[in-house]
Amino acid sequence: MKAPDFGYERPGNLEEALRLLAKHGDDAAIIAGGQSLLALLNFRMAAPELLIDIGRLDKLKQISDQDGHIEIGGLVRHCDLAASPLIARSLPLLPRAISHIAHPAVRHRGTIGGSLAMADPAAELAACCLALDGQFLLISERGERWVRAEDFFQGVYETALAADEILTTVRLPKPGPDSVGIFKEIARRQGDFAMAGLAFLTDPQTGPRIALLGVSDRPLLAHGTMAFLKDGPLNESRANEAVDLIGGEVEPPEDPAYPPAYRRHLVRVLLRRALTELL
Amino acid sequence: MTAKTRRIALTVNGEEVSREVPVRQNLVDFLRHDLGFTGSHVGCEQGACGACTIVLNNETVRGCLVLAVQADGCEVRTIEGSGDLLSDLRESFHALNALQCGFCTPGMMLSAEELLQANPTPSRQEIRDYLSGNFCRCTGYQAIVDAVADAAARRRGGAAL
Repeated sequence: MKAPDFGYERPGNLEEALRLLAKHGDDAAIIAGGQSLLALLNFRMAAPELLIDIGRLDKLKQISDQDGHIEIGGLVRHCDLAASPLIARSLPLLPRAISHIAHPAVRHRGTIGGSLAMADPAAELAACCLALDGQFLLISERGERWVRAEDFFQGVYETALAADEILTTVRLPKPGPDSVGIFKEIARRQGDFAMAGLAFLTDPQTGPRIALLGVSDRPLLAHGTMAFLKDGPLNESRANEAVDLIGGEVEPPEDPAYPPAYRRHLVRVLLRRALTELL
Repeated sequence: MTAKTRRIALTVNGEEVSREVPVRQNLVDFLRHDLGFTGSHVGCEQGACGACTIVLNNETVRGCLVLAVQADGCEVRTIEGSGDLLSDLRESFHALNALQCGFCTPGMMLSAEELLQANPTPSRQEIRDYLSGNFCRCTGYQAIVDAVADAAARRRGGAAL
């Protein structure tokens, strides 16, 4: 279908965008790359009165190396992240995950801020931010606040974002030099939505962090399996135990195409694949 | 109430154009209906099929997932403006029967061209991965992969067709 009728504003700076958003609230939608929103509009599943196009706010397109963490502007596109030498060096988990996001033509438009604010339960970058223990800067005319990834995702397309807030910056702690980032997912075809996925970050000091995608209403940390793996050295028998354990940690939603037991199986397969790389 | 139309100026296939467009109009509909570049096809209108693939500022995009107003000030290239660039790919597609109805072909060739620019020696799996966002309902893809591999080989000076 064609998108419904709406108004369109393209503010020249963040302040103007925030002013428009404060004024129109729930009647407005922020558009960045539009790779999810325009499909929803064409489906007529969304019908905002006003689109606020933040796509030209170039200040939100920076990637910077800060003390101990990397800051990524909300408008940094998937293809920019995948091509960034700084990201490849500091957060190699991200390019590994991005190769699974849709297709090149979508990665040329889609942004990290847009993906996170959309909060699709199968989104790759959301799970990566959770595994990396990232934080997001949410700004409105009322002020600004940092929200941890763990608190940000609240359900299918549900986040901590208020109607007048924009996610402007993603802050991801740099893992230690010995840390390994592994990303695995299973989809029916390259670029399709994942049936299940796993972002795995090892850390010799604090233990691994394992975020799952596509198996719940939001990205999920596998706390029990993380605690188990932290507790002792990795060997084949402990890997088997971890694989058994993680299956019991998820309760995938009922889905006629992929029943919960099948998705639970996929999560075990993904963890086994990840651990096999570490053994 | 904000205006439901907006004037945009952009370059399409090397020519500057300026038009008043409805803000809800997709870029691909603008190209087809307002400018007559009907080589970009409209398939699913949800970003799945890739038939509307066009080149925006030298990168492939979904023409159905970009609003015409978002392309204001940008450079757009469609299959109509890509003739010289794609002549060898076109020969390969023709010779190896990489199309039947032709609906997916413009998008397929623009995606394939982008791959070959970035990676002159793609494996068959890399070709499949890169074209995974372009659906073909006729060929079963085998012949398309053949054609892209053939064009790549010929660009490297290898065996022809």
